[in-house]
Amino acid sequence: MIPILSVRDLKVSIRTDAGVASILDNIGLTLERGRILGIVGESGCGKSTLIRAIMGILARGAEIHAGEIVFDGENLLAFTEAELNGRIRGNQIGFIPQDPLLALNPVFKVGTQLLEIMRDHAPEDGLRGSARKRAHVQRLIMLLRRMQVPDPELALERYPHQFSGGQRQRLLIAAALACAPRLVIADEPTTALDVTTQHQILLLLRELVTEFSLSMLFVTHDFGVVAELCDDLCVIYAGQSVEAGPVGPILASPGHPYTQALLACHPERATTFRGIPGTVPSPLAAPPGCRFAPRCVDVQSSCSLGPPPAGLSPVGATVKCVNYA
Amino acid sequence: MLGFIARRCGLALPSLFGLLVVTFVLVRIVPHDSAAAMAGDAATPEQIAKLTKEAGLDRPIIEQFVIYVGKVARFDFGESAFSRRSVASDIKERLPATLTLTFCALAISITVGIPLGVFAALRHNEWPDYVLRIVSVLGVAVAAFWFAIMLQLLFSMQLGWLPLRGELSATMSRPERVTGFLMLDSVIAGRWDALGDALHHIILPALTLSLGGLASIVRFTRAGVLDTLQNDFVSYGRAMGYRRSRLVWRYVLRNSVTATITQIGLLFGGLIAGGVVVESIYDYPGIGSYTVQAILTGDNQVMLAVTLMVGVVYAAVNILTDLVHGLVDPRLLDKP
Repeated sequence: MIPILSVRDLKVSIRTDAGVASILDNIGLTLERGRILGIVGESGCGKSTLIRAIMGILARGAEIHAGEIVFDGENLLAFTEAELNGRIRGNQIGFIPQDPLLALNPVFKVGTQLLEIMRDHAPEDGLRGSARKRAHVQRLIMLLRRMQVPDPELALERYPHQFSGGQRQRLLIAAALACAPRLVIADEPTTALDVTTQHQILLLLRELVTEFSLSMLFVTHDFGVVAELCDDLCVIYAGQSVEAGPVGPILASPGHPYTQALLACHPERATTFRGIPGTVPSPLAAPPGCRFAPRCVDVQSSCSLGPPPAGLSPVGATVKCVNYA
Repeated sequence: MLGFIARRCGLALPSLFGLLVVTFVLVRIVPHDSAAAMAGDAATPEQIAKLTKEAGLDRPIIEQFVIYVGKVARFDFGESAFSRRSVASDIKERLPATLTLTFCALAISITVGIPLGVFAALRHNEWPDYVLRIVSVLGVAVAAFWFAIMLQLLFSMQLGWLPLRGELSATMSRPERVTGFLMLDSVIAGRWDALGDALHHIILPALTLSLGGLASIVRFTRAGVLDTLQNDFVSYGRAMGYRRSRLVWRYVLRNSVTATITQIGLLFGGLIAGGVVVESIYDYPGIGSYTVQAILTGDNQVMLAVTLMVGVVYAAVNILTDLVHGLVDPRLLDKP
């Protein structure tokens, strides 16, 4: 069976006043049906640009130079804006944002905002006008109940600022599922929440993937969250994907020097606190070849020659590093 | 809600009292003998002294002020020094024309200004944005009297499409006075010919008066929309496939208009002041031309009453503005 989503050799750059910044460079990932793929990387590594590119909502000035984004067998880059809005966004792909307070419009009722999504994207049910809207309200109430939002009927009549952070995130998870999508993209959905709420939301997401036959792309910078939630993992450094594969083996035995260094920084694993020497290169002046080379302990002379070749680590992960070629 | 209105009205009273003090003092310190003016050119010193005593102008200014405030509290604004008519009834007769004109000007400013502001923001730093920015600066900078004369030259003298001045054609009989608002009275009386004629007459003055407000509404809306577009809920709306037109004109706009609403409240004062010039040029029988006459002839009672009335309208509009704010942004009503 073909994967629900695969991104191949994607290159994205943004024109800035200081020049052209290469944000994503030959990035690739594969999300199999029914699985949760964690995308891990530091702030500024291009995670958000990647998911914006997938949804076709890149900022003005950003440009896709090469690659393809294949969703369920179709290349999304060949879609027009109208096709993306009509068939993909909110419809086949649901989105869970990072900060639920900022993502909700403060001056509209929650119900109005969620119904706005369903208005154009809910699956055709043969109903028209107010009957269709009533059916949408019913579905939202059902979803909110499933998300354990108290008093779902009243919740739709309230404004975003009248909810707690965890509840708001539950509202937006319901919104993402409202039109029965096949893929859900979650952009660090638990970062703005406290640890207890975070755990509850992760459990909920895990259940929903099975219950609603979803596949999920889960962006995070937290390996702990990945270990708890994800099946697969894709590590990104400075706009390049460096290592991808099943979560368990990679966490147990990371292949790429960057993954190794990053995991070694994790407070639960490291005995002493340490970081990775050097800094992330500016996308305006990215080094040629492997972008991690300047900070790598195993650096070779061939690292800077061209795009790092893909190889397999002993545990079966795909690693883009000359040491595995 | 009612408590809010009551509180705001209570707050407006001291401001209005302050306005009255300042105007009263200003009118008195101007070296102008209103008794002499009232008496006319041929008056003898004895006649002037008699008038001064009658009008109470020989008493201490504090005493005069207290007497005046007492009258104002009973809605007695005295009488015009020249026409000898009651100022209160003059204002009552002329206020509807000014309010109609101001309202029409504001309606033009808003219905044209808000869409243009949104358009400029969506085309940020592209040529439509530049053109609108230049035009809106010109709109603020161009003098109303010059613009009015240009409009008259083009549309009345050259093309002959619109009447040159007045509120109603000389040949048109006025409908029976019910509300005092000419257009409303025309509708009530079923006088569609009078309504059409009145509309014809108001186009040029309203257009002239709307110019300054239009320019500033474009600028405030543009800034508001640009600011709102940076919000996360806009990219969330895009990610969830909101239809673009609805995202902009419904969801973004509602968040952007708060600054514009405040601006509209402030504009109202400017519009009434601008009405003084516009009404004089177009000979429109409202408060503005009444005020100009009063100032030219040194008619103190009229000047005081008109200033106070403008203050009351201004305060009322700003209370209204705050209420609209609450309707647009429910977070404001939840705060104590």
